[in-house]
Formats: sequence, C-alpha cells, structure tokens
Amino acid sequence: MDKLINQFEFGLFFWQVLIFVGLILLLKKFAWKPILDAVNDREEGIKNALLAAENAKKDMQNLKADNEKLLAEARAERDLMLKEAREIKEKMIADAKSEAQTQGEKMIDQAKASIESEKNAAMAELKNQVSSLSLEIAEKLLKEELSNKEAQTKLVEKMLGDAKLN
Amino acid sequence: MVISKKPLQFILAMTMALMPIVNFANSTNDSTVVEAHAAPKTEEVAHEEGHGHAEPTDIKSQVKAFTKHHVLDSHDFTLYSDFKEGKHVGFPLPVILWDNGLHVFSSSKFHHGESVAESNGNYYVINHHDGKIYKTDEKGTIHEDEKTGHPSNARPIDFSITKSVLFILITAFLMFFIFVRLAKSYAKNGGIASGFGRIFEPLVVYIRDEIAIPNIGEKNYKKYMSYLLTIFFFILFLNIFGLTPLGVNVTGNLTITFSLAILTFLITNFTANKNYWGHIFWMPGVPKLMRIVLAPIELLGVIIKPFSLMIRLYANIFAGHIVLMSIIGLMFIFKSWIGSTLSFGLSFVLSILEILVAFLQAYIFTMLSALYFGSANEEHHHEEAHH
Repeated sequence: MDKLINQFEFGLFFWQVLIFVGLILLLKKFAWKPILDAVNDREEGIKNALLAAENAKKDMQNLKADNEKLLAEARAERDLMLKEAREIKEKMIADAKSEAQTQGEKMIDQAKASIESEKNAAMAELKNQVSSLSLEIAEKLLKEELSNKEAQTKLVEKMLGDAKLN
Repeated sequence: MVISKKPLQFILAMTMALMPIVNFANSTNDSTVVEAHAAPKTEEVAHEEGHGHAEPTDIKSQVKAFTKHHVLDSHDFTLYSDFKEGKHVGFPLPVILWDNGLHVFSSSKFHHGESVAESNGNYYVINHHDGKIYKTDEKGTIHEDEKTGHPSNARPIDFSITKSVLFILITAFLMFFIFVRLAKSYAKNGGIASGFGRIFEPLVVYIRDEIAIPNIGEKNYKKYMSYLLTIFFFILFLNIFGLTPLGVNVTGNLTITFSLAILTFLITNFTANKNYWGHIFWMPGVPKLMRIVLAPIELLGVIIKPFSLMIRLYANIFAGHIVLMSIIGLMFIFKSWIGSTLSFGLSFVLSILEILVAFLQAYIFTMLSALYFGSANEEHHHEEAHH
C-alpha cells in the first residue's frame, strides 16, 4: 500500500486531468456529437426507409386484394347476367311454345268446327240434292213410265248409272 | 509441414524434457559471468557512493532493473540503452519544477540520472529507484529513510512533461485528429463514414448500444456518452501504445488510473439523483436498525467502486508489462537456441494475449463506469421491482 501511494505523482495527475478533461470537452463538441448525430440520423433514415418499404408493400397487397375483389365481383356479375339471360331465353321459348300450342289448338279447333259445319252444310246440300234428284228421277221416271216401259227401265238404269258416276 | 499431430507433440514433449538440461548448463554459465564480473562490481560499489545508485552488472539484474524502470514514468525518452558503454539513445524532455518559483530546464541536464542538475541555485537529482526528482545539494547526497528505504530529501512539485505526459498528449492529439476527421466525413459522404476513422465507428456504436444504453438507460445515457467514448478510446489507445516497442506504460501507472477513476467517481456522485443517495443513507425496504448499519457499508461502497476501477486497470497493465518484459528478458538470459526460441514463442503468445487485455480492460473500465452512472440514475420504480 505504501508503495502504491508512493507511486502517486501530483504533476502527472495534474497533466492527465487537464489533458483528459480538455480532450473530453473538445471531442464532445467536435467529434462525439456530430458522430452520434450522424449515426442516429442514419439509423432513423434506415428505419424510416424500411418502414416506408413495408408500407408500400402493404399498399401493394391491399391494391392487389382490391383488384382481385373487383375482378371476382365482375365475374360474379357476369355469371349472374348470363344466367338471367339464359333464364329469360328459356322462358321466352317456353312462352312462345305454349302460345303456339294454344294458338295451334285453337286453330285446329276452329278448323275442326268449320270442317264440321262445312260437312254439315255439305251433307244438307247433299240431302237436298239427293232429294231433288230423287224427285227429278221420280218425275222423269214417272214421265217415262208413262210412255215406254222398256224405255223407262232403260232410263232408270241409265240414271242410276249416272248417279253412280256422280 | 506437420505430418501428423503425434510427431509434433513428441517434439514438444522432448524439448520440454530437454529444457532442464539446457537450463542447468546455462545457469552455471551465468554464475561464471557473475564471478567474472565480481571484481568490477566491487569497484561499482565504491563508485555508487558518489552517484547514489548502482549500475547493474550481470544480465539478470540488468533485465530486472530495465523491467523495473520500464514500468515507471521517466523524465527522458529512451529508445534503447547500451549498459556496457553507458550510452542511451533517445531524447530529453522538459523538466518543469515548482520549488519557490518555477524551474524549467531540459532533462538532459541529469544525464540519465547520473548527474546533479542545477537550476537557479537549487540542485536536483533523479533517484534511481523510483525515477523521481529530489532536492539535493551540490554533491547530490540522498538521505535514505532507514525504515522504508525511501529518500527523505525534500521534493519539488514536479510538473515535468514526462514520458507519460508526452504520450497522453500524443494520444489526445491522435484521438482528436481521428475522431474529428471521422465526424467530418459524415457530412462529406452523405451520412456514411469514410476514411481511416470509420474502423472506429462500430466501436462507437457498440459503446452506445451495448454499454451505455443497457446500463444507464435510454433516457439518461446521452449526457454520459462523451465521457464513456473518450475514456474507452483513451485507455485503449494507451494500452496499445504500451504494447509497441516504444515502451510506454501509461495505463499501468497508478496516477493515471487514479485520475480516471476519480473522474468516474466525481461524475457518478455529481449526477446522482435522490434515489441513489436514498439507497446509500436510508436503504428503503429494510428494518430501521439495519439502515443505520447499512449506511456506512454503502458509503464505503461508493469509494470502493472507483478504487477497484483504479486498481484493476493499473494491476492488469502493470502485470502484463512486467511479465512480458521478464519473458523477453529470459531470451537474453538463456542465450541458447531452445530456451530463447521458447521464450520468444511465449512472449509472442503473451503479446497477443496482452492485445486482448488492452481491449478488455478498456471495455471493463468503460462498462463499469457506465454501470455506476446507471446506478446513480436509477429511477424509483426499479426499486419497487426488486422488493
């Protein structure tokens, strides 16, 4: 201990403290402050740049997600429209079909009715003609009967043959 | 080169086994040297009376003396000395003394401690044992204290620019140059360091992120950064300088470590908050009686902390220098190719270890200073956390 105390040298202590404290103050002003500020600034800059990059990435992802969402929506809408169109088309065809059928049926019915009435009219006319014809025949027959028997028979046969041809 | 591990191990074992033989042969050799020098040594003793110190004669004591002188501060800068011819190559440094008036003269007046220097009617001499300047008379008489063996002569206050002061100045200028250039390079290069100083930037960032912020805390660390950075690089540079062949031992000097430790002590106690003093004088969370017992212990701790800082740095660097010098000295004592080669290898390995110690001690000093600053700035809520 005595040896250690003996080693203490006031002059050296004085110079050391003077130079060292001076060095601290000088370096503080001219070196440490600018160095630490620069390092800090740089670190902040890097941090900010990284943050900005991260944000940009996020924005990109959001944008991409939005785009995809929009695309999906558009696709769904298109599908919906196509489906609706198909439905409308099918409905239209079905409608047209059913209308055509009813129309056709109606027309067939009308035709049938008119055929029936025509047939009835024809039948009536035929009946009339047959009656008048038979009357005429009967008249002529009676006339011929009255004149010639052979001729009457012939005539009847001829008339009948005519009637058949008719 | 190495064929396999075994032959190498074998060679090593053999050299170790042969060492005692060589060693033995050498030591007998040495003793003859001592005997041969015995006659001139008696003359030296007679010579000693006039000079106040003995020139070492045999190599062992020369090495011992050289090592002892190397770790001390000195008033001149000696690059190398030739003991046989008494020649010293180097340059003198200014001596500044305060002894009822200022005395300024060159240390060449002392002729490397061999003669008495005269300034304005006062006579001074450098004591060979501690390298300090003592006031003396015309003949250079030194009165030695019988108990301690220290000279009892009066001492002037010595403000000399010694070797240590010179190297403190060189280190200060070097640091200023390097770090101011580094600081300027940021502005020039768009926020990125350039040039030589940039190799220190990682260390600066390391001290901020690994020493200051974890120990002091994000809130308060900024006001201590200048001190921590300066002290780290100051100790590191001087430690590294100490390992160069220039042979300065600044951080292994008790005065230097004392002044560094006292600065840490002063900064700690002047920036301490209420909580810190509360912990010392009136420890919260313990019984009242214990608080009275704890106060002196805690107060002692305040002084012991910087004291340990001082001793740790001093002892590490001092011991490193002594060991390294001794092992280098062994080369000259052995004077055989095996012994000298081995001690060369050993000193090489130790030098590398000393580089590690240079960094480590600078780190530890800074780290512990930061720790003490942190404890002086501890916030109240910390205290509740551990009770």
